[in-house]
Amino acid sequence: MFAEFLQYLFTGITIGATYALIALGFTLIYNASHVINFAQGEFLMIGGMATVSLTAMGVPMVLAIILAVLLAGVLGILLQRFAIAPAKQADVVTLIIITIGASIFIRGLAQLVWGKEYHVMQNFSSDEPIRIFGAVLNSQSLWVLGIGAILVVGLVLFFTRTLIGKAILATSMNKEAARLVGIRTQLVLMLAFLVSAVLGSVAGVVVAPITFTSYDIGIMLGLKGFVAAAIGGLGSGIGAVVGGLLLGVVEAMAAGYISSDYKDAVAFSMILVVLFFMPRGLFGAKVVERV
Amino acid sequence: MLNRFMQMRLRDLIILAIILFALPLFLNNPFHYDLATQMAIIAATVVGLNLLVGFAGQISLGHAGFFGLGAYFTGIMTSSYGWSSVPALVVGAIAVGIIAWIVGRPILRLKGHYLSMATLAVGFIIAIILNNERALTGGPDGMPVPAFTVFGWELSPFGSYNLLGMELNGSEAWYLFAALVLLVAVWLAQNLIDSPIGRALRSVHGSEVAARVVGVDTARYKSLVFVVSAIYASAMGSLYAHFQGFITPAVAGFDFSILFITMVVLGGMGSTMGVILGAVVLKLLPQVLADFQELETVMFGAILMLTMIFMPKGLLPTIQMAVGKRMKKKAGGQA
Repeated sequence: MFAEFLQYLFTGITIGATYALIALGFTLIYNASHVINFAQGEFLMIGGMATVSLTAMGVPMVLAIILAVLLAGVLGILLQRFAIAPAKQADVVTLIIITIGASIFIRGLAQLVWGKEYHVMQNFSSDEPIRIFGAVLNSQSLWVLGIGAILVVGLVLFFTRTLIGKAILATSMNKEAARLVGIRTQLVLMLAFLVSAVLGSVAGVVVAPITFTSYDIGIMLGLKGFVAAAIGGLGSGIGAVVGGLLLGVVEAMAAGYISSDYKDAVAFSMILVVLFFMPRGLFGAKVVERV
Repeated sequence: MLNRFMQMRLRDLIILAIILFALPLFLNNPFHYDLATQMAIIAATVVGLNLLVGFAGQISLGHAGFFGLGAYFTGIMTSSYGWSSVPALVVGAIAVGIIAWIVGRPILRLKGHYLSMATLAVGFIIAIILNNERALTGGPDGMPVPAFTVFGWELSPFGSYNLLGMELNGSEAWYLFAALVLLVAVWLAQNLIDSPIGRALRSVHGSEVAARVVGVDTARYKSLVFVVSAIYASAMGSLYAHFQGFITPAVAGFDFSILFITMVVLGGMGSTMGVILGAVVLKLLPQVLADFQELETVMFGAILMLTMIFMPKGLLPTIQMAVGKRMKKKAGGQA
């Protein structure tokens, strides 16, 4: 009984940590540019797929991961520079469609280069599962949690301790004012997309041994990240982390105790319930609309 | 005289009718007719969605949910319970309208991205239910749907018909029917837009706060248009099910929802003719791109991105603006 619960909890926290990283990526871009980037999931796909194909070519794992993350980062910058920046006057819906177009484009490229098959990725360390109170924990889960935690701490330090991080924060608060004090906001926006792409691709790499990876894995993961970000409250860093973990755990519990067919329905019902009572998510800032 | 005609309220409807009834001159096989029929049904759905997105300024990323509900209501009622097509369509549309009203009230309080999230969630939940209730819907494998029948008269893509002495095969008959349905859908939408309700909706789009200040019951009008657009989707879903003869949960899925909203935005939000053009373009594009085989997806994504970047107002409004500027220049030169 308890072992069962623990098992679902482990599964939930692991996948939840991934959702949290994706949600953080959403949050970063949303804060910097008020765009919801529907191509966020593709960064995960790029991370996983590029790592798999590079290691298959004989590149050592660590180097393959670094190259894959770099590739995603470059893609993030290109996305901002050539798709988002030229359309900055556009409507919210138009921007959504642009990022959807970008995600279809990236997915098409991936399909062209890597084909449509599912790919399996090796665990980072031993394949031997760890047993705790009768529940089984995949060793890769520890990697997901550990790297997730490092990234979150790293992000906090980045935004509070470095000049560049503060420049991003300043731009997200007030773009005009940031420009007045000499921040190059266009550069900052590109940077936000870069950091977001790095976050996404790292999440994609660490979770790939658990979920496998394929050219279209980014669609659902990206959407779940969006759900997590909205539960937490768009634009809130803590919200993204809490929302991600909450979503992962609720989903795992629903799959375990209710029905695995309906686990996604539970996730999407949860967002409706949260938004019903808190229209700006759990941690969303109260905003007074200016007319 | 020409100018006066251009400003007439019925102008768009007449142009559309001419195009729709002249089109058969250029169609020469059942495959073309079937594609055109699909376009007309989808275009009518999108005309309804445009009322919500283009006029009231609200986003829906889950509209295929309502389309799928209509399709499955018709499918289940006509095949398992022996209902006739019209009652199934009407009752289905009313039921979906009620669902949309119940769901819409709380959801439409949300703004911007939260609204898109919530509508996306509603669409997903509907698609998941259709996917999993195998006993009722046949699950992921889908279900067959009988032909469209009115008082025992059957409209099937495989039948043959006689209209005022003209021999029509099933595909041609379906096309004419779908064209009529599209015209009615556009006519109803334009009447709604030009009514006091339409003005109220546009005021919501302009500034919701200002609309409320001058006494517009914004919550009521937003739910109303949400319900109307859901009814459009449901009714068209019913027709689509009959026409295809077979439906799968994909008709309610995320991809379909995205396709609908993309048609609205690509064609031109707030322009009824524009969104019809959007539906035609996005239905045709995969046909054209199919020749490029594995490049198809890449090209589709690239075209979508580039169009939206360079024509953020959508195809038709951008074209109209360009033509308008030209004409003004010409007129200026003559004077």
